[in-house]
Amino acid sequence: MTRVLVAVKRVADSSGEAVLTDDGQGLDGRYAGWTIGNHDACAVELGVRVAEATGGTVTVLSVGPTEAEEQIRSALALGATAGVLVEADPRTLGPADVAAEIAGVVREATEGYDLVLLGNDAADTGDFQVPVRLAYALDRPVVTGAGMVTVDDGVVVATVNSPYGDETYEVPLPVVVSVLEGGVEPRYPSLKGRMAAKKVAVETRQAGSDPAGPGRVRWHLPPPAPSSTEVLGEGPAAAPAVVDALGRLGVLP
Amino acid sequence: MILVLCEVAPGSSEPDEVSLEALAFARALSEAGGGVAVRAVVVGPVPDGDHLAAVLGDHGAGEVRHADGEGLAAYGGAAWAAAVQAVREETGSVAVLAGGTPRGMEVMAHLAARLQVPMAANVVSFDGLSPLTVRRQVAGGAALEEMRLPERPAVLTVAGHAWSAHGVGGPAATWVACHPEVPAADRRATVVRTAEPEPDESGSLRSASVVVGAGRGAGGPGGFGPVTELAELLGGVVGVTRVVTSLGWRPHHEQIGQTGSRIAPDLYIACGISGAIQHWAGCASSKAILAVNTDPEAPMMTRATYAVVGDMHEVVPAIVEEIRNRA
Repeated sequence: MTRVLVAVKRVADSSGEAVLTDDGQGLDGRYAGWTIGNHDACAVELGVRVAEATGGTVTVLSVGPTEAEEQIRSALALGATAGVLVEADPRTLGPADVAAEIAGVVREATEGYDLVLLGNDAADTGDFQVPVRLAYALDRPVVTGAGMVTVDDGVVVATVNSPYGDETYEVPLPVVVSVLEGGVEPRYPSLKGRMAAKKVAVETRQAGSDPAGPGRVRWHLPPPAPSSTEVLGEGPAAAPAVVDALGRLGVLP
Repeated sequence: MILVLCEVAPGSSEPDEVSLEALAFARALSEAGGGVAVRAVVVGPVPDGDHLAAVLGDHGAGEVRHADGEGLAAYGGAAWAAAVQAVREETGSVAVLAGGTPRGMEVMAHLAARLQVPMAANVVSFDGLSPLTVRRQVAGGAALEEMRLPERPAVLTVAGHAWSAHGVGGPAATWVACHPEVPAADRRATVVRTAEPEPDESGSLRSASVVVGAGRGAGGPGGFGPVTELAELLGGVVGVTRVVTSLGWRPHHEQIGQTGSRIAPDLYIACGISGAIQHWAGCASSKAILAVNTDPEAPMMTRATYAVVGDMHEVVPAIVEEIRNRA
């Protein structure tokens, strides 16, 4: 039975055009909406799979604003069994602060967590270090960039798709693992799951004081690239126009 | 002194290109700082140290510290960081940096955590030295963050392809072997086995005049038939997104993007690729882009030279047939 904690971050959906907040301290999700990053979504999926395979539990945690409960409930609808929200203004927190908050939850958990899963890096700030700093805060080993994670007889088997080949780690629990998108396809919530998620009580606590902060001055957007896309048509009917264009570009055999 | 972690593939003596880009960044930082020495650190076995010393010297490293020994043969982030930390303490480096590769990111994150200093990931430039102020890619490259690193050492990674890896004609670096102690606690998570990697043919991807790319829209490993056929017809090669390689549909050397190859073909045909920032970073230098996608508002479609709205599984075979009919 593996007790899994999955940490997710509420981020502005950046699949479209990036829009900054007025103070330049991050992405503005007022228009695009809020979500979790793809790495986080895969971490939730792997956490649920590990719990299912070992008869364990999954608690989903977010360090963020009150509204991050929305992301916690989304994970609950996918099979997580409990939720914890550490209320904080994420703009004031650096990676070490976020790691410290997660570590506090792990230390104070009554039954503890054997496996902590996180996205490899936050979809917005992209710091690449919360999982590693968390591991140091807990004095646990850490594997980063895993695409697949399983637990077998108290040992985590994590596979990293690296330029040097698929690298496998085998580490006894407890351990911290960061997850890279692509190893698994996150599931969709069922109606039953969504209904059940509404009934779960999400534990709320306040973040500690005196964060070190992110060292951020402000964010900037690069100047927009001019677009002059020529639409050649729709569907297979566009093929002649495409081949004409290939001819103009001089790439036809 | 500035210390640069240079990666070498297992069994190779050729430094990773992104590491050489990090050396270029370090040289610029050095020049701005009045000529601070630049040194490289290499961890793990190296078959031909003379060759590596010559290459790194050519790229501006005056000295190479080669950390090898027990606990460093197999990769482990904490173990490598322990070695880099030992070299950093011996050399008194004021900045430690690495290329923005998965290993570079991980080792620098370990180092920053051990030293309890901030780390800046994916840095593209620096604005000032007192305090060191950098610009780094955030939101997958859609925005830049101005960040201060007042603590010493400054720990950072340099975003892949943000700097050009070119030699400066320096003499071979002095090779200094060292054997730092790696505590057992830092060897708890190391690679226990590696599946045989695919042959690396990324060179052909980077030099191809035509690249036909596909992403998750291919639907699976069996969905690349028409894409491959179109690439062959045009004398080009296939390129894919990170998700495709992560799912194991296609080999890693075909990956285009921030963590893959950066391409600059005459034509890039992007099939079923939304155009996420990480992928765009790898294909933005293409002279022309033809995007095929069901979503006309996908970033790849709005940025492309040419666009076709439609399902790649219908459009690409039709293009192949049209080319054959005209041949």
